[in-house]
Amino acid sequence: MIKLKDVRKTFNSGKPNEFVAVEKLSLSLDAEKTTVLMGPSGSGKTTLLSLIGCMARPTSGRIWLSGKEITSLPERFLTELRRTTFGFVFQHLNLIKGITALENTMLPSYPLGEKHAALKKRGMELFTRFGIASKANEKTESLSGGEAQRVAIVRALMNNPSVIIADEPTAHLDTRLSGELLEIFSRLKDEGRTLLISSHDPMVCQSVLVDRVINIRDGKIEEERS
Amino acid sequence: MRRTNFFFIYITVCFSLFILIFLHASIRRSREKSALYAKREMVHKFHLTDLCLFTEANYTRHLSQADLHTPFQDAPSSLEHFPSGGIVAPPEIIRRINEKLD
Amino acid sequence: MKNWIDRQKNIIDFTLSSLFRRKGKNIALVSVFTLVVLLLSSVMFFTYSFRKEASIIMEDAPEMVVQRTVAGRHEMIPVSYIKIIQDIAGVQEVKARLWGYYYDPVTGANFTLMVSDEFPLEDGTITVGEGVSRVRLIYEGDWVEFKAYNGEIFELEVVDFLSVESGLVSSDIILITENDFRRLFGTTEEYATDLILRVRNPREITTVAIKVAELLPDTRQILREELLRTYDAVFNWRGGLLIVILTGSLLAFIIFAWDKASGLSADERREIGILKAIGWETSDIILMKFWEGLVVSLSSFLMGIILGYIHVFFIRSALFQPVLKGWAVLYPHFNLTPFINGAQVASLFFLTVVPFTVATIIPSWRAAIIDPDTVMR
Repeated sequence: MIKLKDVRKTFNSGKPNEFVAVEKLSLSLDAEKTTVLMGPSGSGKTTLLSLIGCMARPTSGRIWLSGKEITSLPERFLTELRRTTFGFVFQHLNLIKGITALENTMLPSYPLGEKHAALKKRGMELFTRFGIASKANEKTESLSGGEAQRVAIVRALMNNPSVIIADEPTAHLDTRLSGELLEIFSRLKDEGRTLLISSHDPMVCQSVLVDRVINIRDGKIEEERS
Repeated sequence: MRRTNFFFIYITVCFSLFILIFLHASIRRSREKSALYAKREMVHKFHLTDLCLFTEANYTRHLSQADLHTPFQDAPSSLEHFPSGGIVAPPEIIRRINEKLD
Repeated sequence: MKNWIDRQKNIIDFTLSSLFRRKGKNIALVSVFTLVVLLLSSVMFFTYSFRKEASIIMEDAPEMVVQRTVAGRHEMIPVSYIKIIQDIAGVQEVKARLWGYYYDPVTGANFTLMVSDEFPLEDGTITVGEGVSRVRLIYEGDWVEFKAYNGEIFELEVVDFLSVESGLVSSDIILITENDFRRLFGTTEEYATDLILRVRNPREITTVAIKVAELLPDTRQILREELLRTYDAVFNWRGGLLIVILTGSLLAFIIFAWDKASGLSADERREIGILKAIGWETSDIILMKFWEGLVVSLSSFLMGIILGYIHVFFIRSALFQPVLKGWAVLYPHFNLTPFINGAQVASLFFLTVVPFTVATIIPSWRAAIIDPDTVMR
């Protein structure tokens, strides 16, 4: 479903602090499978997630999505893809403070011109599904870590994406909440979604829902395990 | 109520008041037409040449009749010292003749 | 189309929540912006209405005033000049005007004393304007003391009042008989304050003025046209009040726009990054910022104009009164008739709403084009 060939990403090109985050990496990800990218901090996991999720462009190399090359697509089309194909759960969740949990989840769909009532209904359905319906109208600042994590997941699911990308999703969760999160991911996988998770949490890497673990170090694939 | 709806109501009210201003002005103008013409009649009757707005000095009270001398009459280097003298320009006749001296 | 409307509404929703999240700052911004528009629109309404009203009222002012000047100063004019002027071809009528200023030591006010043959009065009686009555606290039947040129004190009885509505032309006027006027100021019958003329053909007024100037070189001629132009220019932008208010407002406005255009806070930048990361395009961000600028500037503009109108036409420009009154004791009570220049209102809109909205968009554009992956970090 997702294919990368000789992808390289350089930051601060030409400057003294030039840095290569991903070095000539080639990778293939199958649909409806769960892949974990493992590696220490600075290994290039987050960069790789950005590249796959159309949040950044590679410095060189090529990327395909469902057979179509997306490497040099104009920004508009990339954004469209990002909106419809990918749902992101960021490491720091990146919920907007000062607005309610429900509003946060509706945000990705705002520019699409969908009716507000329809968005609200869809959001509430997802909130109910993940057991946080009572928190819908609360401001994000008043949510617990686990609740905020679920809100982030709901936001990622609002546009019904086929691929879920999660960056260190258990980084700020305790064991119990991490377990609950993995249950949620399992359910998403059962729905036929492709999951791509970056983590160095053994609880995630060793979970039964994981089909493949890729070790990344210094921007290169070190090892792969299925 | 949704924030957007609240804002639209607020802007609609403001905009309506804005339009109302023009309407109100129009209504008041027709209502006060007779008063305006009464003032005009008075100007004609008493041969008035100026409006009564700045009564602090003679050259500000009768702007159009002011001579070149009076604002500076206190001393040869006397400057304008009445507040309204700083607000209004000298009359047309003085500006026409004397502006070139600047 | 419906989609487009819903899209705008959704984005406005988020824009409003964004504005409310920084309540203090935005309330202050809207307040100051509204105040600037209030001041500018007040000046605009006041000056335009005043000039329009003046142009209507003064349309029937004397066609020409002949004034005698000695060493640049206005002096009494010999009544014998009437005969000379009457003989000029085209002159229909010449009259002497008797008027002058009386400083009232009781109140410190300056009154304009006028003699009018159109208003029947008997010696020993006066008719006063509303301002005189108000400042001097005089009513019908009261006697007012005057000190003549020679120190003589004499009293005149108030028999009538000029209408309150005519305050703008007659507030400080005291109508007096010719005898009383001459007794008060010591002027002899040979002299008058100035002369007024009417001509048969208004198009010949300038020719007649030139002839008067030739025949009477110690006089100057003030035409009605010049009078009207004086009032047309009375509050023009070169006048002190306007310059001060315009400059102050302009500076305040530049400060806002600069503050807006000079960059976004870290919070705002982060927010834009998040929006991009969750699927908003650059154009969506720009649209959001456009609405942000428009919401603030349009609300402030409309409120400012409405308040400016109320200020000028309902509470008689209370904020300007101290400035317009200056050191005067007598300030007329008048309610300007509202004349609105649509072009001026439109100009004010384009000079405030448009630049502010643009200034809001500019810094966001730079933030909006960044790669959303910076949010991941």
